Amino acid sequence: MKLEQRKDLLGIRDMSREELELILDTAIPMKDIIKRDVKKVPALRGKAMVTVFYENSTRTRTSFEIAGKYLSADTVNLAVATSSVQKGESLRDTIKTIEVMGFDLMVIRHAMTGTAHYVARNTNMRVINAGDGTNEHPTQALLDMYSIREKKGTLEGLKVAIVGDILHSRVARSNIYGLSKFGCEIRVAGPSTLMPPEIEKLGVKSYYSLDQALDGVDVINVLRIQKERQQSGLFPSLDEYANLYMLSPDRLLRAKDDVLVLHPGPMNRGVEISSQVADGVQSVINEQVTNGVAVRMALLFLMMGGSRDEITN
Amino acid sequence: MELQEKKVLMDEVAIKRAITRIAHEIIERNKGVEKVALIGIRRRGGPLAVRLAERIEEIEGIKVPVGILDITLYRDDLTTLASQPQVHRTEVFFNINDMNIVLVDDVMYTGRTIRAAMDALIDLGRPRTIQLAVLVDRGHRELPVKADFIGKNVPTSKTEVISVLVKEIDGREEVIIQEIIDQ
Repeated sequence: MKLEQRKDLLGIRDMSREELELILDTAIPMKDIIKRDVKKVPALRGKAMVTVFYENSTRTRTSFEIAGKYLSADTVNLAVATSSVQKGESLRDTIKTIEVMGFDLMVIRHAMTGTAHYVARNTNMRVINAGDGTNEHPTQALLDMYSIREKKGTLEGLKVAIVGDILHSRVARSNIYGLSKFGCEIRVAGPSTLMPPEIEKLGVKSYYSLDQALDGVDVINVLRIQKERQQSGLFPSLDEYANLYMLSPDRLLRAKDDVLVLHPGPMNRGVEISSQVADGVQSVINEQVTNGVAVRMALLFLMMGGSRDEITN
Repeated sequence: MELQEKKVLMDEVAIKRAITRIAHEIIERNKGVEKVALIGIRRRGGPLAVRLAERIEEIEGIKVPVGILDITLYRDDLTTLASQPQVHRTEVFFNINDMNIVLVDDVMYTGRTIRAAMDALIDLGRPRTIQLAVLVDRGHRELPVKADFIGKNVPTSKTEVISVLVKEIDGREEVIIQEIIDQ
């Protein structure tokens, strides 16, 4: 399917390599705009979008909002914590209310897997999934892929290690779906209690030893330990986790010399990543945030412009 | 939409002569090229701007800055197109403030491209003047704009298509007129 025929962006899983490439290519000129003195183009003038986050966020929500503004769309954030959601309004009624205000696009994050899909089926607005439970976080994967491609020149054939809480990570899943379409060799590493059973069916290799997983890799994507999603007893303590799985300068030596270190943020320094690595020369963690704005601009432009006659889903 | 080639309006030699004349006109109008820069509008304005700069250098011995402008995000028809056109980079790596900027395009038609280009340019800075050079002016203006430097005026009907072909993109150097034979 072609990107412009999609009503919604719900996950990387069912997207083609060509669609992903179009988004990544379009993000290059978008990044130039962010670096200009006049950070605004009129492309989405007259369009309106709303961000609805049922889970906390600094980067993703702000990034969508400023991406829309740089393209001249009107952007509004529904502050869920102070909204009628707290009076018990159902998700469906909230969506309908927003829709009839004339919004063209909604960005939604929710703790429940499949929420974005449910919303997409129940509205004429375009819907972008900004994270649904442990399922997918497609724009994070896009910005990770952009960051890697920008530094390495290509994604083709790279060895990528994804480290940490694979079980709860929508970032990991979206990255696996995306990177595998570009022929990357993907390794996942973490404690056995945080490794989903049958993860290797996604075409990745799983490791319980971080040192083995990092051997000769081009990219390390360090995941956040999601304290909000931990049931008790998945690992004994944060200290023990850090001992075994924290990315430290020593462990980094196992990877290639020009390895890139990514982290979706927010970081737990001293738990999954040491400060030295987070702030070190291999880290592109801050650049990822800038790239996140660029890929979201690309996505909003590609999805929100145009007439809607040819949309099929 | 199928196109039938009707005739060649300009061959390689004619294009070269037109570029040479426009180069002289730019130099004359600006009394030299001290503060002149050329910015081509993607796609075929790019190679034409490079050619104009080469000719100006031959005449004046001065290299003028050359850039490329992508106007996609400034088009006024984005909401009516079925799918979004591909966005490319704008490559203007010099300061345009207080410069005399000559926009370069292949064909001037409705004037909408030029309107978009002027908006795009002004977002990059505040040029002293904006001038416009086109290889072919085919008429049918829909906005109140006109070119300062014109290679060739060609009266056309709206069912005709003017194509400027350049070596860098098309492998040959020609201006051709085509007719739309079915819709």
